[in-house]
Amino acid sequence: MLIDTSATTLVTLDDGTKILPPNLIITSLDKIVNWSRLSSIWPTTFGLACCAIEMMAAGAAHYDFDRFGIIFRGSPRQSDCMIVAGTVTKKMAPVVRRVYDQIPEPRYVVAMGSCACTGGVFRTYSTVQGCDTFLPVDVYVPGCPPRPETLMEGMMLLQEKIRKERARWSPWR
Amino acid sequence: MEQLERVLETRELNVSMGPQHPATHGVLRLVLDIDGETVVKVTPYVGYLHRGIEKLGESLSYFQALPLTDRMDYVSSMTNNIGYVNAVERLFGIEAPERARFIRTMVGEMARIANHLLWLATHALDIGAMTVFLYCFREREWILELFEKICGARLTVTYPRIGGVRNDVSQEFLDSLYKFTEEFPTRIPEYETLIDKNRIWLKRTVGIGVISAEEAVNWGLTGPTLRGSGVPYDVRKYMPYDAYDKVEFDVPIGTEGDTYDRYRCRMMEFRQSNNIIRQCIEKLPPGPVMADAPKFTLQPKDKMFPITHPTKKHAFYIDEKVCKGCGMCARACPAKAIFGEKKKPHKINQELCLSCANCYVTCKFKALKIVPGGKGLSEEKLRELAAAPLPEEIKNAAGHLVEHFTFVKRGPRAPEGELYVATEVPKGELGFYFVSDGSGKPYRMRIRAPSFIHAGVLPRLCVGHLVADVIANIGTIDLVLGECDR
Repeated sequence: MLIDTSATTLVTLDDGTKILPPNLIITSLDKIVNWSRLSSIWPTTFGLACCAIEMMAAGAAHYDFDRFGIIFRGSPRQSDCMIVAGTVTKKMAPVVRRVYDQIPEPRYVVAMGSCACTGGVFRTYSTVQGCDTFLPVDVYVPGCPPRPETLMEGMMLLQEKIRKERARWSPWR
Repeated sequence: MEQLERVLETRELNVSMGPQHPATHGVLRLVLDIDGETVVKVTPYVGYLHRGIEKLGESLSYFQALPLTDRMDYVSSMTNNIGYVNAVERLFGIEAPERARFIRTMVGEMARIANHLLWLATHALDIGAMTVFLYCFREREWILELFEKICGARLTVTYPRIGGVRNDVSQEFLDSLYKFTEEFPTRIPEYETLIDKNRIWLKRTVGIGVISAEEAVNWGLTGPTLRGSGVPYDVRKYMPYDAYDKVEFDVPIGTEGDTYDRYRCRMMEFRQSNNIIRQCIEKLPPGPVMADAPKFTLQPKDKMFPITHPTKKHAFYIDEKVCKGCGMCARACPAKAIFGEKKKPHKINQELCLSCANCYVTCKFKALKIVPGGKGLSEEKLRELAAAPLPEEIKNAAGHLVEHFTFVKRGPRAPEGELYVATEVPKGELGFYFVSDGSGKPYRMRIRAPSFIHAGVLPRLCVGHLVADVIANIGTIDLVLGECDR
């Protein structure tokens, strides 16, 4: 949106945001915090199975997650989000939970693929039937495995979800 | 003095690496005992991705277990499918037609290139070369798009079928694949110029994880991991399957048996695979792509079209005298059009009926009658028409329909016996071992996964080297945990 830089009164940018050129913006803290949060979601590099390959493809040259501000981090302590990409087995579930616990608040979980959503085709003695049995999942991305575009859509849904958050920035919430 | 020595005593450090670690290619866990920076002992722990594929395979029919093999080695699922269908075909005693075998060879080599590209990308990324990762994914996307063209899926393809392949390839696909094979050899030097003579790359790979030919054989290594040590063992050459005996290719081998030689081996395999694809396109014979074995393969659906085609307006009618009221048809009906009390004759709501013939094939008592062109007629009229004999065309189609249904439900009956069939996947020798008791499901399905065996050799490769070399060693044996743990 083009802003008339010569304006001397407040210009309405969108709902709830006003701007006085050149460098005064009036908006709510919620909006600023959510905007900065959603434009730099850093997920943990945490591949479990097949979906991890599509997650890598989404991060690589062709699909390029970096343009959403999504950069994969090696350590959970530096990340905001966890993409559970692949089958969670009963042996792996405590580890997944531990990685989740290490992520600082606010943290989000994207369940990628049928296995992480529901257990998928693997209805066996060793497979957890959906990672929502032990994690609070924000976005479910279906597919076996989901295409990178589908994961992208999932991340955009997560961004929309963050955009609508209220007062999650306060320490006494 | 004694006290001082105790204070200065150094102890080995016990570090757990993984299962969540960016460089373990999934969920491998290594427990390292480290003396300073030197690795003293390595204990690999596997099983973090054990999904019970072997057990699942025993509870599913031979057709239904095929998609599970996609999810084993998900980096090159096409070759897994080929290994599985080859083993099952040998068990059934059928053979895929010539064209299907050439197509399988072609797509198998495409999967090999895709796998090695991913291996090179992650291996280089782990060692510290980021650009190679982006370059490799550029070409990998190209192959995945070609996969999408023939079967609609990028990763988990399930394209090869028992007795052939799912569908024929189009000329358009062959053209675009040929264009790829022309373009791809010019891309390989791009990766090589980045890392081949790179001083950091050489320092991280030359002389790391050396294993002699004799030792490599004793450890049970296969694939490029073995060939890097100078053993020219390749299942494609020694026990040719599909069309590998009809194409010419070399088996590249290394000399030193270190990480660098294994890297060179895989780089040479790129060119060989590319050559094989070109030969397959040039030699691709015409003909069918599914074997003509009605006992073991699904028959084309057009034989049932007189009944099942959506344009047909047949009605179905339940004969009150024959119906026992078992309720099987009501459960099979997708439109919930069949109603009635238990143990009393059921009725069909003709307005809801979709004419899908699910009830017809489900009924054990042959209580259901087809009324050709009877859609929209009244109950009395249907009863009257149902008594008349069926036209020959519909009768044949009905026979095929019931046959098809029972075939899908029970699965093809394999002859009794056991066999082991090995194929060469990008990682090594993938073997399927079946014990059949003559039923529609295998009594035992055992998978010889190369990754599992290669994971065992990690302690041998890592001990004595530095911690950083553990990463290079994990990369060089090309582990995929989905296949390792099954």
